[in-house]
Amino acid sequence: MTASANDPLVRFVNVQKTYDGENLVVKNLNLDIKRGEFLTLLGPSGSGKSTCLMMLAGFETPTHGNILLQGNAINNVPPHKRDIGVVFQNYALFPHMSVVENVAFPLTVRKMNKTDAKAKAQRALDMVQLGEFGERRPGQLSGGQQQRVALARSLVFEPQLVLMDEPLGALDKKLREQMQIEIKHIHESLGVTMVFVTHDQDEALTMSDRVAVFNDGIIQQIDDPATLYECPQNSFVANFIGETNTLCGEIVSSDNQACAVQLPNGVKITAQNVAGHGAGVQTAVSLRPERVQLNDVKPDFANVFEATVIETIYHGNHVRVALDVGGQKDFRAMVRAGNIHADLNPGHKLYVGFSADDCRALDPASA
Amino acid sequence: MDQAPALTASQSDVLPQEENGLPLKVKLRRAERMKKIRAMALIAPLFIFTLLIFAIPIGIMLVRSIDNPEVVSYLPNTKVELDKWSGEGMPPQTLTAIFATDLVQAYHDKTAATVGKRLNYDVSGMRSLIMRTARKFKSHVPVDATLDTFVKADKRWKQEKYWNALKRASGSLTPFYLLSAVDKKIDDKGDIVNVSEGQAIYVNIFWRTIWIAGVVTVISLLLGFPIAYLLANTSSKVSNTLMFCVLLPFWTSLLVRTSAWVVLLQKNGIVNSSLMNLGLIDEPLTLLFARPGVYIGFIHLLLPFVILPLYSVMKSISPGYMRAAESLGAHPAVAFVRVYLPQTLPGIGAGGVLAFILAIGYYITPALIGGPQDQMLSYFIANHANSTLNWGLASALGMILLGSTLILFTIYNRLTGASGVKMG
Repeated sequence: MTASANDPLVRFVNVQKTYDGENLVVKNLNLDIKRGEFLTLLGPSGSGKSTCLMMLAGFETPTHGNILLQGNAINNVPPHKRDIGVVFQNYALFPHMSVVENVAFPLTVRKMNKTDAKAKAQRALDMVQLGEFGERRPGQLSGGQQQRVALARSLVFEPQLVLMDEPLGALDKKLREQMQIEIKHIHESLGVTMVFVTHDQDEALTMSDRVAVFNDGIIQQIDDPATLYECPQNSFVANFIGETNTLCGEIVSSDNQACAVQLPNGVKITAQNVAGHGAGVQTAVSLRPERVQLNDVKPDFANVFEATVIETIYHGNHVRVALDVGGQKDFRAMVRAGNIHADLNPGHKLYVGFSADDCRALDPASA
Repeated sequence: MDQAPALTASQSDVLPQEENGLPLKVKLRRAERMKKIRAMALIAPLFIFTLLIFAIPIGIMLVRSIDNPEVVSYLPNTKVELDKWSGEGMPPQTLTAIFATDLVQAYHDKTAATVGKRLNYDVSGMRSLIMRTARKFKSHVPVDATLDTFVKADKRWKQEKYWNALKRASGSLTPFYLLSAVDKKIDDKGDIVNVSEGQAIYVNIFWRTIWIAGVVTVISLLLGFPIAYLLANTSSKVSNTLMFCVLLPFWTSLLVRTSAWVVLLQKNGIVNSSLMNLGLIDEPLTLLFARPGVYIGFIHLLLPFVILPLYSVMKSISPGYMRAAESLGAHPAVAFVRVYLPQTLPGIGAGGVLAFILAIGYYITPALIGGPQDQMLSYFIANHANSTLNWGLASALGMILLGSTLILFTIYNRLTGASGVKMG
């Protein structure tokens, strides 16, 4: 089989994985990873995302199905022959070697001579701005520096694919954000395919070309970050990515695009009919808090309701407001500073308005 | 921009300086003092116990390796004259006269035999010489005894070597025992020379001790390593059972275990009969009272001491390192050698040193299982301490054992740093 540039680099075909023979950790996974893309596997812990990564790295074998790399099944190829770089959450830098020896390790095991290996390792260290730290031991570096060394080590042998298993989980917030950008830049400059596992949705949205949202061993949705955020296909994705207001109700009328949903308190809202159900079916309408307008005078929207402010929390660049909308008390809105058209003091009555396009009628949320 | 450096400067000025009139360091010391006293109080009982029961007796025992009280205490006047004598040629008349009086006095005090025994270590036959002379002199004490008086009592006094031995034994400290322990002696000219080949045994035994300890340490490490690896890398259920098996020997008396080996290793014992029934050997192997038995007994004894430090080190090595090495392209065997093995070195070192130190000092196993050619230094220490009552030599041999242990431990510590030894 010849691999053309347009063929996916990796294909998961009907892959299943179970550890105990009873529960499937990964249920029938089909996933194509494109050449040069930055794909993130996002999901809560236990959703099967790490298992997928470990199957790809070769540390776990699929119970069923095939994983193809460059069109070839690699189920029985041991990890050291896969030519895949892996960055682990705990860095896994070898404590008895200096930093530069660590980075040169993949080269020396490939029988490159010591001088060349060291020079190449040094260049890789320079790339992650740690050129001066080569002679130190990993234990003498900070967490962020260690992770950069691990990154350099996984890239130095020019693998076709780099896997990262929650590599930034142990870093503090500021360092994490800095590393996200750094990894993204390295990805852009080297053009290497990267698969990144995280449970942090911000990380997934800021870094990725595409994000695969995992839950319960199934990919819930795989899309670019903007689509994922703006057009979640189901309740899980809507709730997991960003914040959302979930309004449960029953569809009373529908056509292909739009539907009217009646909430338990009798209020009717117009929404996009994403799930495609007909009248009489339970649904959960998802609405992002920042799409909600708060106004003292009645605004011109498809959905306009009266509401009472319960609580206002100031966040500097925005304000979060908890509202009582027709008896539903956990309705949240987010208003940008400088865009406030209402008195937001608790107890104040005002109007909430949102367009039908921003309401997505999805499957009824299970939880 | 201008203010920031000024602020930090003023802070750094204030902090270590006096506040309430006391430097910060003094305040810190005061605050810590109570903690230190409490810690010391917790250590004190064991420390005092160890000091009284262990350290001081050992110290006193070790002093015996250079202590030389016999001539000094029991022939006090002779000692003064011996100090004046150069030790060349025959003794002057002043010395012989005093020696004769002292000898008779020592005979009456019943200490002459002790002096004779001590001198006999140096020149054999000297005990009988001293006792015979003393007996002859006691009936009529010679006044101003000369060399001739002594020669008349026993012809051997004509020989310089007996007088030289007396001179050598006259110091209150002596290198005699320590030199004996390494098969050396001081000859009549005062030079350190090797003892005659027939008498030289201890150097040989020292190297035998080191060899046996080395062999059992290496074999124990080879056998213990895979077990420790399994213990550290298997499910807790399996590792608990395994750990139980490893620790089981600790709950059986050492003597019982060693005696059990005596039964098992006999010519018609279980080991030999099993091997013969399996058709692996045609006639029984000589295991008991021979080197193989000693090795077997030792290895069985030392395995837990090797496994436990190895296990504790291996437990702390994350399996992630092997995975990382493999993902970077290393064959599992290469990953093991280059990544896993180096990280277990502290455990190998700690287990090896522990086993080796235990082995070079061990007494029971070689004494019960070994033959005459398998006895180690400890056997001779026990022999001199219990049977021949030559405590000076026993203590000198002990000193050598202790010295080599300490040297070994120092080297190990240098190589690994203090952090290397982490038990449990």
